[in-house]
Amino acid sequence: MALTTYVEAIRQGIWEEMDADPRVFILGEDVGIYGGAFKVTEGMLEKFGEMRVIDTPISEAAIVGAAIGAALMGMRPIAEMQFIDFISCAFDQITNFAAKNRYRWGAGVPIVIRGPSGGGVHGGPFHSQNPEMYFVHTPGLKVVAPATAHDAKGLIKAAIRDEDPVIYLEHKYLYRRIKEELPKGDYVVPIGRAAVRREGRDLTIVTYGAMLYQALEAAEVLTRDGGIEAEVIDLRTLLPLDKDAILTSGKKTGKVLVVHEDTRTGGIAGEIAAIVNEEIFEYLDGPVLRVTAPDTPVPYSPPLEEFFLPNKDKILVAARKLAAY
Amino acid sequence: MARPAARLRERPRGRGRKPGKAQPPLPDAIVRMMPGPLRPPKNPGLKRAELLEMHRLLILNRRLEEKLSALYRQGQIVGGLYSSLGQESISVGSAFALRPDDLLAPMIRNIGALLVRGVSPRDLFLQFLARYDGPTHGKDGTLHFGNVEKKALIGPISHLGALIPVMAGAALAARMRGEDRVALTYIGDGGTSTGYFHEGLNQAAVLKLPLILIVENNGYAYSTPTSRQFAVDSLAERGPAYGCAGESVDGTDILAVYAATRRAVERGRRGEGPTLLECRAMRMRGHAEHDDMRYVPKRLLDAWRERDPIGRFEAFLVEEGHARRAELQAVSAALEPALDRAAAEALASPLPPPEEALKGVYCEPGYEAPWWPSP
Amino acid sequence: MKGAPKSIAASRPLAAVPAPGRACTATSADLLRMFQEMKLTRALEDRIERKLYRQGKIVGGVYVGRGQEAISVGAAMHIRRTGDDDRDDIVSPSHRDMAVFLMQGIPMERILAQYMGRRTGLTRGRDGNMHMGDLRQRVVAFISHLGDSIPVAAGCALTFKMRGTDQVSFCFFGEGAASRGDWHEGVNFAAVLRLPVVFICNNNGYAYSTPVAQQMAVPHVSDRARGYGIAGSSHDGNDVLEVYDAVGRAVARAREGGGPTLLEFVTFRMTGHSAHDDAGYVPKRLFEEWARKDPIQRLGARLEERGLIDGATIRDMEARIEAEVTQAVAWAESQPYPEPAECLLGVTKE
Repeated sequence: MALTTYVEAIRQGIWEEMDADPRVFILGEDVGIYGGAFKVTEGMLEKFGEMRVIDTPISEAAIVGAAIGAALMGMRPIAEMQFIDFISCAFDQITNFAAKNRYRWGAGVPIVIRGPSGGGVHGGPFHSQNPEMYFVHTPGLKVVAPATAHDAKGLIKAAIRDEDPVIYLEHKYLYRRIKEELPKGDYVVPIGRAAVRREGRDLTIVTYGAMLYQALEAAEVLTRDGGIEAEVIDLRTLLPLDKDAILTSGKKTGKVLVVHEDTRTGGIAGEIAAIVNEEIFEYLDGPVLRVTAPDTPVPYSPPLEEFFLPNKDKILVAARKLAAY
Repeated sequence: MARPAARLRERPRGRGRKPGKAQPPLPDAIVRMMPGPLRPPKNPGLKRAELLEMHRLLILNRRLEEKLSALYRQGQIVGGLYSSLGQESISVGSAFALRPDDLLAPMIRNIGALLVRGVSPRDLFLQFLARYDGPTHGKDGTLHFGNVEKKALIGPISHLGALIPVMAGAALAARMRGEDRVALTYIGDGGTSTGYFHEGLNQAAVLKLPLILIVENNGYAYSTPTSRQFAVDSLAERGPAYGCAGESVDGTDILAVYAATRRAVERGRRGEGPTLLECRAMRMRGHAEHDDMRYVPKRLLDAWRERDPIGRFEAFLVEEGHARRAELQAVSAALEPALDRAAAEALASPLPPPEEALKGVYCEPGYEAPWWPSP
Repeated sequence: MKGAPKSIAASRPLAAVPAPGRACTATSADLLRMFQEMKLTRALEDRIERKLYRQGKIVGGVYVGRGQEAISVGAAMHIRRTGDDDRDDIVSPSHRDMAVFLMQGIPMERILAQYMGRRTGLTRGRDGNMHMGDLRQRVVAFISHLGDSIPVAAGCALTFKMRGTDQVSFCFFGEGAASRGDWHEGVNFAAVLRLPVVFICNNNGYAYSTPVAQQMAVPHVSDRARGYGIAGSSHDGNDVLEVYDAVGRAVARAREGGGPTLLEFVTFRMTGHSAHDDAGYVPKRLFEEWARKDPIQRLGARLEERGLIDGATIRDMEARIEAEVTQAVAWAESQPYPEPAECLLGVTKE
């Protein structure tokens, strides 16, 4: 069977939705003739024409704003940010126009804003960021971050079909490193549902995005070296958070470790720790621990970036500490 | 060209076309990126030594970028590399018109402006190679660095246009202190579409700040041609739209760039407010090293290749009797050993220690900030 | 319907080929309607700002368009309404365009309920004052972040262009909003893609306390049009006929595929920024000067000259309007506040 990369899975998902639904279109910088900076939209201009694959000026606020306007007129726009770092230029349109529209006057804004996030490719401070929490903190938005090719396709389809604005965070480190066999035919991965990637009884590792693979590798080492069985949960959606999945696993293992590539303070690990504390305190055998990036910008030079990013070894240290409780 | 031709009007204006060649007419969107009428360079009053220094900087710019490109291909440069090939005249010519204390903020294709300001090739290699001794301790790459105190240089971020309000603010501060410094920064044709461009230029115009905004119109923003970026022929039109001076020059003519920048500087020092100066050229390489720019028609590149800024300037220097051809040709070879030495030193220089990643987010007593420029 | 165009972008500068747009002459019936709409708008806003607000019945801010009603009214006359979504235009009013809401058929009493934070306000008490919309009435709600509507309005127009209809997107804003980056991005986006938008700027002299001269270094917002390669012009915003004509031409241009137009209407904000603001920073003589150019009086005088109206009819009209407003206020005051727990509902689709 042919294997599909993460980036190709996103492309397929968009392609199929555009094929099936004439309301779906994509706009952004260099999405047309160039096929996108990471080739997510390759071939779409030729297939769907320039009325539905729209190269725009370098105007992120206008890209998102126009997507909002088109959505109000009944369309299903996908707005590409060339790098997710540039989403800050459209912050106002996203957090104040799109996110609050339904609540204010009942007019939903079914748009998808997607783009490559994350580090590990020496992108430096402006091409490596994980901006999820700006948006997780904004009621009215949904935020998804697939880790597998299967989810990348299923979630982009779910995002396009969703009635509300969805921030879809692609991890650029995974684009061509992850390959999987995908199910035949149409499928979606529901927004708001986490997945258990590995079962275990001793401790729970909650993570998402590229960190899933570091967590899974760490879990293998824990089993091999000390017989510690870690359960690994892939959040997939950050807003709304799948509390049930976290709490069910936490009750079972009594120990929760949260791993994310985003920086520490205000990262989703803090939110998860609070939920676990509030809801299953009596089941816990140890503190909720975090493995995250430190509170700095993403540095450029390889030794610095490596130091910055969480990895298997850092997860192992925290997991062993937690397991010892 | 993969772009469907249906939407493009088949009405060539004849600019930059050679007579007698039977080629199909170019689409309008391409025609507007062709070189304008060729005008002979005019010396705006520069002395011979200055002209030769300008030439040396142009050659240095080109050779340095060639070396960087080679290092990139060897995998030594792990991040992006953005070339200024064919538009070096814009960076060098404009920065040459400034005083050393004028505020300068280059973008990623303005390595030439840094060279004019006296940034050493060694420091540039260190930065591109992400070394500890580089101007950011390896925390950022490309031309993302500055030094306000020693070099009056302000570093860019990747978010295009963001420098424009910042430089308006720098100019404002200079005026508040009674200094007659001007502030100069650059933006590409694509960056003019950002909200920052608008807010920054408008602010500078309202406050009559001595801001010089050089628009490097090099035809393409990544793969996007200017026809998809703005609906005006010349961005100089935007000057009057903001109530400030607007000019457009052939960016491959270094003397024209210099002279226009001088006029803008003088206006700024006289308190007459900002200038929007469009310099037209062509991006002769991809957006960055990885990009083969197959979306750019060959004829466009061919037409601009004939406008190579170094070739044009050398022809001028020879014709006007400022230098002999052989002297000019010797410049490159003379620069070579120093460049090689700088690159070798940078390569031998250590990468940052990992813990450096945690330092300098805030003001920290005792923390050794990047010590650039090198002693 | 003009059929889907092959091209999404303008390959040539638009200013080089401005479609002329048709001249636009208002009929007597149009004139009378505009007079009545302006009167109604003024009466309703006077009631809100000068009475209800002072009585403490309005729970939030109040922003009125006193003195600049001609712009909303003259422009809104051209918004096509047929009940067919593929024919009807769309409008993004600013916070000083009460007339646009009324003329699009949003009931006065629901606007008042909105101001009073009642459950039957257009936002069910979730937002106040003019921050309201209703897609069935083809009105997109404004947000406080000035200029944000501009790319949104361009996006509405983009949809019309993609669908190949001759619908037009109307976009209202003030001169202060024109300093925002979103404004620039939206106007440029519409220019490059040649979208059917009519940008309608009310230049009313002040953005809160900031006079025009501190907002921009050109005399007119429309001076910017040349920088975008689109058509633009500046007009007397207190002459409803001039507004009617200029907007009519721009709408015709947009329907014919001639792209966006940037119109500026010069007027004056005959009030503070909002009801709490005494506008002490505005020289008194400016108010006196502009009071003499009042758009309602000017149209009234014209109508009297032409014999279309007389003092008695005007008095009758005023009395009828006052009664309508009073009735609407009574209805709004009788409306319940939302249930507290409604706060949690409707953040996303449920």
